[in-house]
Amino acid sequence: MSIPVLKFDAVIVGAGGAGLRSAIQLSEAGLKTAVLSKVFPTRSHTVAAQGGVAASLGNSEEDHWHWHMYDTVKGSDWLGDQDAIEFMVRKANECVVELEHYGMPFDRTDDGKIYQRPFGGHMSNFGEKPVRRSCAAADRTGHAMLHAMYQRNVKANTQFFVEWMALDLIRDSEGHVLGVTAMEMETGQVVIFHTRATIFATGGAGRIFYSSTNAFINTGDGLGMAARAGIPLEDMEFWQFHPTGVAGAGVLITEGVRGEGGILRNANKERFMERYAPNAKDLASRDVVSRAMTTEINEGRGCGVNKDYVLLDITHLDPNTIMKRLPGIREIGLQFAGVDCIKEPLPVVPTCHYQMGGIPTHYSGRVVTPQNGDYNTVVPGFYAAGECACASVHGANRLGTNSLLDLLVFGKSAGDSAVEDLKAGKAHRELPKNAAEQSLARIAALDSRKGGANVHETRLAMQRTMQNHAGVFRFGDLLKSGVEKILEVEKAARELEIKDKSMAWNTARTEALEMENLIEVAKATMLSAEARKESRGAHVRDDAPDTPEFPNGRNDAEWLKHTLFNPVDNSISYKPVNMQPLTVEPIALKTRSY
Amino acid sequence: MERQDYERLRWRCIRRALLELDITLTRFLDDGFDQLTEEEQAVFVDLVALEDHDLWYLISGKTECTDDEAHFAPVVEKLRKCSVRLAN
Ligand SMILES: Cc1cc2nc3c(=O)[nH]c(=O)nc-3n(C[C@H](O)[C@H](O)[C@H](O)COP(=O)(O)OP(=O)(O)OC[C@H]3O[C@@H](n4cnc5c(N)ncnc54)[C@H](O)[C@@H]3O)c2cc1C
Repeated sequence: MSIPVLKFDAVIVGAGGAGLRSAIQLSEAGLKTAVLSKVFPTRSHTVAAQGGVAASLGNSEEDHWHWHMYDTVKGSDWLGDQDAIEFMVRKANECVVELEHYGMPFDRTDDGKIYQRPFGGHMSNFGEKPVRRSCAAADRTGHAMLHAMYQRNVKANTQFFVEWMALDLIRDSEGHVLGVTAMEMETGQVVIFHTRATIFATGGAGRIFYSSTNAFINTGDGLGMAARAGIPLEDMEFWQFHPTGVAGAGVLITEGVRGEGGILRNANKERFMERYAPNAKDLASRDVVSRAMTTEINEGRGCGVNKDYVLLDITHLDPNTIMKRLPGIREIGLQFAGVDCIKEPLPVVPTCHYQMGGIPTHYSGRVVTPQNGDYNTVVPGFYAAGECACASVHGANRLGTNSLLDLLVFGKSAGDSAVEDLKAGKAHRELPKNAAEQSLARIAALDSRKGGANVHETRLAMQRTMQNHAGVFRFGDLLKSGVEKILEVEKAARELEIKDKSMAWNTARTEALEMENLIEVAKATMLSAEARKESRGAHVRDDAPDTPEFPNGRNDAEWLKHTLFNPVDNSISYKPVNMQPLTVEPIALKTRSY
Repeated sequence: MERQDYERLRWRCIRRALLELDITLTRFLDDGFDQLTEEEQAVFVDLVALEDHDLWYLISGKTECTDDEAHFAPVVEKLRKCSVRLAN
């Protein structure tokens, strides 16, 4: 079958913050640039970000990039690469001001500067006291960001392919990346994008968990495509969880609810946080609360038929306080739990929020893999940025507002690197004859298979396995059995069956193709988590507890290293953390405590 | 509604920027959409073309339809009432 070939200098998969930012660099450099997105660009998940973007502008009070760097390294529990972190925090001001010039309507101070809000983990003077570092645009920071960058791209003649799904990465026998295959949803037609540079900016994969704050679109397509092309995935055991997502739905209930006096209770109506954190109780830090909730559920004191959630109780609060101080919470309870929180407690569970790992990149945005003893061998023609990439600046735990910054800084540097490489004169390399074969075979298999697994059921089996075996608090034996279970689910995910065989607008097929990506991420997560026998940042194991020898369960002598999961044979290797910043002294290892 | 039109609409409902909308709209497609008149279905198509925050504020009752959006009101009302069922 002959497949249409579209030739571009560059293709960017993803039109969220990272994709749009890199597209600006390429298009403004005069390169012919295509951006593919499963949805209209301003419907990308970046829209959901409200908290803001970090930059040490110092508009509200004294601040410095070096303090921001310290906070980020500490937040990462020292797993972040210090060269990449210095690069990011030093570029922050420039990138935020650029965004302002693109038309981003930041909140302003009375004298017209960008207003900065306080945010958890932002400190001045190397952890001394809180500093206001977050720049926001009311409660629509992500949304405003996408609008500003989309307009800029339209001006620069970026070509958008909206409601197109990239399917597979195209590599030649020497490993060069030559573009992607993609399907136009409206027609079902598969097309080859033949390019000199390919940038992945496909966002996160939070939908591998049963309870996730992420929108349904976060199916880890970029990671799936990279994995199928033999690229290892880095630090996939590290996922940030939020303690209070509505059980079964995932929608976030803000920390403010506990701030206003909300109490967590188990099936016996007991205020269990009194046992885990006698002083702070329900206001203990996110990880402490999440772990306590998980312990209650694991020990059989969860609520509901499956005993799989706990309750967040605000029925003792004055209804007027609830309506006034916690706007939107009653609606969320009614819509997503069928509960009126004025009269009944809300069912909540620790909920997956952010993916720290991803496609391994250098801070220039170039994708790197280990080869012949060099951990950072560049994959020619391939770049990645945003939540799908691992630069690694977030290490074992992301600092709030640093991911929007990541999109801007690494989106831009991936774009710049591609421009640099293309200006060096690299021509289109010849497409292999079988460039589209893998994608066509996957589609043909879905269309012809009888007696295969149901997509919805397989997804649910994966999500439950991940939630129960690799959730916020991890146990050695559960991780072990989780590995077996997820490999079972993988078998089903490789044998999916769909009923609808239509070409045009076949959403069942699209969801099946997404499922094939999700399972790659789920498997990488489970196997990487099982292998890391310490606690660090968001990866907390019951069998690696807090001891004088290993504070917080962290074991630097053995585990100060990045995981690389090799999807080809499910093997795991490790690479060193870069502890050498670009210009300053390394931030020395310390116990992470707040 | 033609199959293709419905499937396009479905994609634009189940892949939103906000999880709140993914869940609410999926639920409505499963439980409420069929009961809409043809005219209301056309209104629903326009409604889901709104920006995510605007649509969520309307459905959750944080805002009401403006005069220009008065024709949305009956469908918004149905969306607000759509029975709670935990979606995925
Ligand atoms: C509720 C919530 C609130 C948050 N708040 C904040 C905050 O305040 N501050 C902060 O810093 N971070 C926040 N985050 C995290 C941050 O929003 C995300 O990490 C970030 O927006 C991801 O951006 P991205 O550009 O990498 O991907 P996305 O914005 O998710 O975009 C991904 C793009 O890839 C496209 N795509 C994916 N797969 C394919 C495919 N196969 N083919 C074609 N296109 C594809 C999609 O269509 C989309 O355009 C929040 C996250 C959540 C869930």
